[in-house]
Amino acid sequence: MKRLINLKPDRGFGIALGALPFLILLAVYMAASASRLAENADDKLLPSLTTMTQSLDRLATEENRRTGEVLLWVDTAASLKRLLIGVAISMTIGLVVGVITGLIPYVRKTFSPLVKVLSMIPPLAVLPILFIALGVDEVSKIVLIVFGIAPSIARDVQQRVEELPAELLIKAQTLGASTWQLILRIVLPQTVPRLLDATRLALGSAWLFLIAAEAIAATEGLGYRIFLVRRFLDMDVILPYVAWITLLAFALDFTLRLVNRVAFPWYGAGAAR
Amino acid sequence: MSAVQVRKLWKEYGRQVVLENISLDVASGEFVTIIGASGCGKTTFLRILLGEERPSRGELLLDGKPLPDEPGPDRGVVFQKYSVFPHMTALQNVMVGEEFAAAPLTARLFGKARRESRQRALDMLAAVGLAASGNKYPSELSGGMQQRLAIAQALLRRPRILLLDEPFGALDPGIRADMHELILDLWSKLKLTIFMTSHDIKESFYLGGRVIVLDRVRKDPHEPELYGARITYDLPLRRGRDARLNHAAAGPDLAL
Repeated sequence: MKRLINLKPDRGFGIALGALPFLILLAVYMAASASRLAENADDKLLPSLTTMTQSLDRLATEENRRTGEVLLWVDTAASLKRLLIGVAISMTIGLVVGVITGLIPYVRKTFSPLVKVLSMIPPLAVLPILFIALGVDEVSKIVLIVFGIAPSIARDVQQRVEELPAELLIKAQTLGASTWQLILRIVLPQTVPRLLDATRLALGSAWLFLIAAEAIAATEGLGYRIFLVRRFLDMDVILPYVAWITLLAFALDFTLRLVNRVAFPWYGAGAAR
Repeated sequence: MSAVQVRKLWKEYGRQVVLENISLDVASGEFVTIIGASGCGKTTFLRILLGEERPSRGELLLDGKPLPDEPGPDRGVVFQKYSVFPHMTALQNVMVGEEFAAAPLTARLFGKARRESRQRALDMLAAVGLAASGNKYPSELSGGMQQRLAIAQALLRRPRILLLDEPFGALDPGIRADMHELILDLWSKLKLTIFMTSHDIKESFYLGGRVIVLDRVRKDPHEPELYGARITYDLPLRRGRDARLNHAAAGPDLAL
């Protein structure tokens, strides 16, 4: 018998193994749901898959009679807009701050402590301040996302810049590069893939802050909806919404990974040699 | 290519003395190899020549003028590793030097200037035997090919001195011999002034027109870092080198 660490499933079996927990979860849920519904047909806690499909269908296709809007898409558009603007701003701030603090000692000494302290503040604790200072509209939600994830992205980028082999920076200087040219041709191209990786990790937090902000004050949005229907115990809406949010998060993560692979074929290939 | 003068150079880190009282005159076109035990300061010496480190005392002159104390295009360098930019193809790696020089703001060339620069880069790649690999990324090249690329990249800016920091240390013996022929060929064609560190004595004597040996002369067993390394031997090998160039086929053993 080989050691456990040397036993590896082949590809097909690996996929089957990965699917197994999902299937088990689904089966457990269906059994639990069926047993509760058998006792009480009006039970709302564990709705059947059919009920959920019907609710999702209603949310995704039925137009509101007054406004002509379809709830799911209105919520999705509102949430994605906030999320993407927030993430884009965070990436920009993270890249600029990270590269400059990572590369230029004077800037690092000046701003590094500030960035460290800022990133220690729990973002949700400043949400009331944001609501008071910026109102309860879009701006405060976007600022919360930025406040929540930009510092960690900046620190990740800064670390990547500091990890660049000194030899590369020296070599560029012996080829005549100025600080600006060094940033443009060496540092930025080498850190953008890392920026995308850092962003992927930060997306989870970004969703957290988005849904928290929407739960507290919004008129539409995915987080707003699930916290709204919570009052009526509408699990048949909440569960499909959670699944939908998960799918969106997965799609964003996948897109970023794809961009990294296609746009930076050298990244991860033999590292920086 | 130019003459280098080192005048009473010291390098200390706090109480630790690395180099003490190094003086050296190197004429234009010399191939100087620097050997010594590991930790004897040969890499530190090269880094000082490069401008990456500053001497604690003493001065460093290039054609009679003090060397700037930061790296610049007057000194080319090839390190043992991390010498080429992993995010650029081989061709881009070689072109980037001219782009730095010609385009301060964008660091990129366009149109006719780009085509001319591209041609010069292709010629340089051909000169180091990488004509067919222009579109490959460094990670797709073997170790020897990466070092060839690093040499091509360094030479395109026509540095006044070329510094090699154990450039062939990580290569297989066969490939290393090829690299020796390449560097000797470039050195004699381009009239380069070369400083190279190595811990391979045979290689140092084979390549160098002059071999410098660094060693700690004074030793204090209780405080080994009290005294730094000095030049213990300075061996001109000009005759041997010329003989070798005339008989390029001769192996390293014959050359010694």
